Amino acid sequence: MIAPQNDGMKLTVKVWRQASVDVPGQLVSYELSGISPDMSFLEMLDILNERLILKGEEPVAFDHDCREGICGTCGIMINGQPHGPDNNTTTCQLHMRRFKSGDTLILEPWRANAFPVIKDLVVDRAAFDRIIAAGGYVSVNTGNAPDGNAIPVPKTTQEKAMDNAACIGCGACVASCKNASAMLFTSAKVSHLSYLPQGAAEKNERVLKMVARMDEEGFGNCTNTGECAAACPAGIPLASIAKLNREYIRALLASDQ
Amino acid sequence: MSLATEVGILDGKCPTGPIADRWPKYKQDMKLVNPANKRKYTVIVVGTGLAGGSAAASLGELGYNVLSFCVQDSPRRAHSIAAQGGINAAKNYQNDGDSVWRLFYDTIKGGDFRARESNVYRLASISTNIIDQCVAQGVPFAREYGGTLTNRSFGGAQVSRTFYCKGQTGQQLLLGAYQAMMRQVEAGRVKLHTWQEMSDLIVIDGVARGIITRNLRTGAFETYLADAVVLCTGGYSNVYYLSTNAKSCNVTAAWRCHRRGALFANPCYTQIHPTCIPVSGDHQSKLTLMSESLRNDGRVWVPLKKGDTRPPEQIPDDERDYYLERRYPSFGNLAPRDVSSRAAKERCDAGYGVGPNGLSVFLDFRDAIRRDGEPVVRDKYGNLFHMYERITDENPYKQPMRIYPALHYTMGGLWVDYNLQSNIPGLFVLGEANFSDHGANRLGASALMQGLADGYFVLPYTIGNHLASTKLPKVSADHPAAKEALIESRNRVESFLNMNGTRTVQDFHRSLGHIMWDHVGMGRTSASLQTAIGQIRELRDEFNGNVKVVGSAETLNQNLEYAGRVGDFMEFAELLAIDALHREESCGGHFREEYQTEEGEAKRDDENFCYVGAWEFKGTGVEPALWKEPLNFEEIPLATRSYK
Ligand SMILES: Cc1cc2nc3c(=O)[nH]c(=O)nc-3n(C[C@H](O)[C@H](O)[C@H](O)COP(=O)(O)OP(=O)(O)OC[C@H]3O[C@@H](n4cnc5c(N)ncnc54)[C@H](O)[C@@H]3O)c2cc1C
Ligand code: SF4
Ligand code: FES
Repeated sequence: MIAPQNDGMKLTVKVWRQASVDVPGQLVSYELSGISPDMSFLEMLDILNERLILKGEEPVAFDHDCREGICGTCGIMINGQPHGPDNNTTTCQLHMRRFKSGDTLILEPWRANAFPVIKDLVVDRAAFDRIIAAGGYVSVNTGNAPDGNAIPVPKTTQEKAMDNAACIGCGACVASCKNASAMLFTSAKVSHLSYLPQGAAEKNERVLKMVARMDEEGFGNCTNTGECAAACPAGIPLASIAKLNREYIRALLASDQ
Repeated sequence: MSLATEVGILDGKCPTGPIADRWPKYKQDMKLVNPANKRKYTVIVVGTGLAGGSAAASLGELGYNVLSFCVQDSPRRAHSIAAQGGINAAKNYQNDGDSVWRLFYDTIKGGDFRARESNVYRLASISTNIIDQCVAQGVPFAREYGGTLTNRSFGGAQVSRTFYCKGQTGQQLLLGAYQAMMRQVEAGRVKLHTWQEMSDLIVIDGVARGIITRNLRTGAFETYLADAVVLCTGGYSNVYYLSTNAKSCNVTAAWRCHRRGALFANPCYTQIHPTCIPVSGDHQSKLTLMSESLRNDGRVWVPLKKGDTRPPEQIPDDERDYYLERRYPSFGNLAPRDVSSRAAKERCDAGYGVGPNGLSVFLDFRDAIRRDGEPVVRDKYGNLFHMYERITDENPYKQPMRIYPALHYTMGGLWVDYNLQSNIPGLFVLGEANFSDHGANRLGASALMQGLADGYFVLPYTIGNHLASTKLPKVSADHPAAKEALIESRNRVESFLNMNGTRTVQDFHRSLGHIMWDHVGMGRTSASLQTAIGQIRELRDEFNGNVKVVGSAETLNQNLEYAGRVGDFMEFAELLAIDALHREESCGGHFREEYQTEEGEAKRDDENFCYVGAWEFKGTGVEPALWKEPLNFEEIPLATRSYK
């Protein structure tokens, strides 16, 4: 057990506690002292949990893995902001120096019909996997590929594809949206693949299938409020949604013919 | 304790003949499963990282019925996602003299002559197919203005053969494999089982026929049967508690297979990465890697004067010791990882380290920024610099980064033959979980290459050969071996919950990490290893009577999951130390202080230790038995590895 630092920060942490998907949850308040400003946000939760366990209470369930902002596993609504107050930063990359001693932190799970709460701060985001399964790929079997340099791709095109491919699948866009829309996530994959010549053959089919799946999964409609891009830790721009819309209309027209 | 004596010799089943022809010829001679029969075979693939994702996708495409498992909520979150720097391939697009042979040579030498020539040659020759496959999938590798693929350099090589996607290469390669796998999920050929932890292997009549899992959401134990089991569960760096690996990385699946008879090879070959962000305090829960690619442009140094506390920018050039450039002039800052890590430790131990506790060295971009300008440096490394600043609150464009070595990768793993099959027929092991291709030290950007080579291009062939040539009678979950495995898994969980001790799992894990880092870390001695073994046993005994795990078995209980993983690390740690003690030589990442040259470089003992050491489980706390697979170097004569 880590000894609390005498000169550390004091915080009130209110955490959403919910035993499982089918029982109601509530905010429970914990007082925490001895928190170092150099700790990451999740290290602060580790400390809370160690203290709870030693008291015989159930630790707070929260999702995390890489703790370096790339796996997309973590995701907590912190004082009403997905991943907390810093731009382009996941929950795991947030540090306690961002807060002041005496602050109150309210921690809640992502809230969306398509992301049911499993326990406390952990939600089920499998709907994202199903959107990808609907068409978020190039249909090429192993062993079928031409030489990597056979089709030149302009550097600027490749960079646009990469910027969209950077999505970490965390779901902050959905959590930030009043309609719980998954448009930013879906548009990032549609844009990534449709910028590249390798993705061109299935362009139309892909966007139609992915959007249809997104609707089936119960995500809301996009009303262009832009909260998603502001919350996105990977910097996926709103322009990607505009691109998806263009691709979608083109695909619809093509399928009419 | 006594040094282990060997109980037998292992056959790696490597083909013979001219090295370049071995794999093509071997493939031609393999038995095939006819297309209509493939769907009758069920294959379990545990793990969805580069190895597991690529294997599941490729097997699904071939028509097998695949069951895929991972502990995360989505297959896309496997630890491979975090790889930053790049993937090697012998494309020679730069026209700088690269070839399959040179990649083969660099990997054998980089591994300090402790890997199999046949495997490594195959890996090097497949490397080019991987790049083609990934480009076709839409992996957005960095390109030149003319539209062709570009490369960067990595440690241990004098050519530029590393392909990359900014600082997110692992992410992009994994998403490529994941998307290919999701295509097969949609087609109904791969069935996903996320949030499922493998807790045991089912071995029936000596053949691997299934696994037991715990559903991490509901707590239910489940039995899955199959015609083959493919383990792609990653490395064991987290036995050191602090490492660059994701928090869920564990040895559980491999260890449980080991307990069922699979041999564990070279566990003492661990890789310590030279460029990680130093520890900031006791609360530290993991370490962050700063990619090796930074050493293309960053220069590593410490002050020439002991205890020089001036801010780095005020230390003039002639009072700086660029110790890698000084000691290894021909490789300089791109000396391999093991060599660079030890050099940093040597400087810090001698009192020249910088930072609050003297346990770090500078990685300085001043000269690159002066030469190329900040925008160019930002373009190459922007996200890494950003990550550094977020964690340390220091701006690396203005002052040098501070770095220190940390546990990063494990070359050891379950023993496999040339087919990637363990000594238990039907159990295949891929990616970081096996021991196969990197010898005693892995070169940067070669793990991604190996994971994808195994999954896309090797296993799909070798598994067919196994299925077509083995009698596989129908088995049921009522078989005593399956039932026994299920009951054992369940009992283990109950014993944790009933223990009601006084120390948390994390607390035990931290203590284990201290023992491992202090005594089985960058420099090992006979005495330190014996101390470690004693301390590990004591800690394990305490863990088994005094760990406190709360909550119930019937829901998501992350603390309970963690207890199982740390419990397995407690057993595995002892094996790692025993292997390190038995290997009385220094090679690659295994540095025994008793065996070094006058200049402090690793001193191998080819006469006595030119073999793979593979251990057989004999019981917890009981001395394991040692099997040896002799290594022969026919293509590249054994030589002292030098980067001077
Ligand atoms: C920070 C970092 C950067 C790196 N950068 C590079 C690089 O630039 N180039 C390079 O070549 N290499 C790099 N590496 C190494 C490389 O990323 C790994 O070796 C490689 O990705 C391992 O892939 P894998 O498929 O074997 O395992 P992993 O990606 O670790 O996947 C393991 C899988 O097994 C599953 N699993 C584990 N245990 C169980 C269980 N008991 N039951 C069910 N499922 C289980 C997990 O859920 C996961 O899906 C880096 C490593 C780190 C830590
Ligand atoms: S678009 Fe951004 S916020 Fe949404 S899942 Fe991707 S990374 Fe997360
Ligand atoms: S834990 Fe991986 S992104 Fe936060």
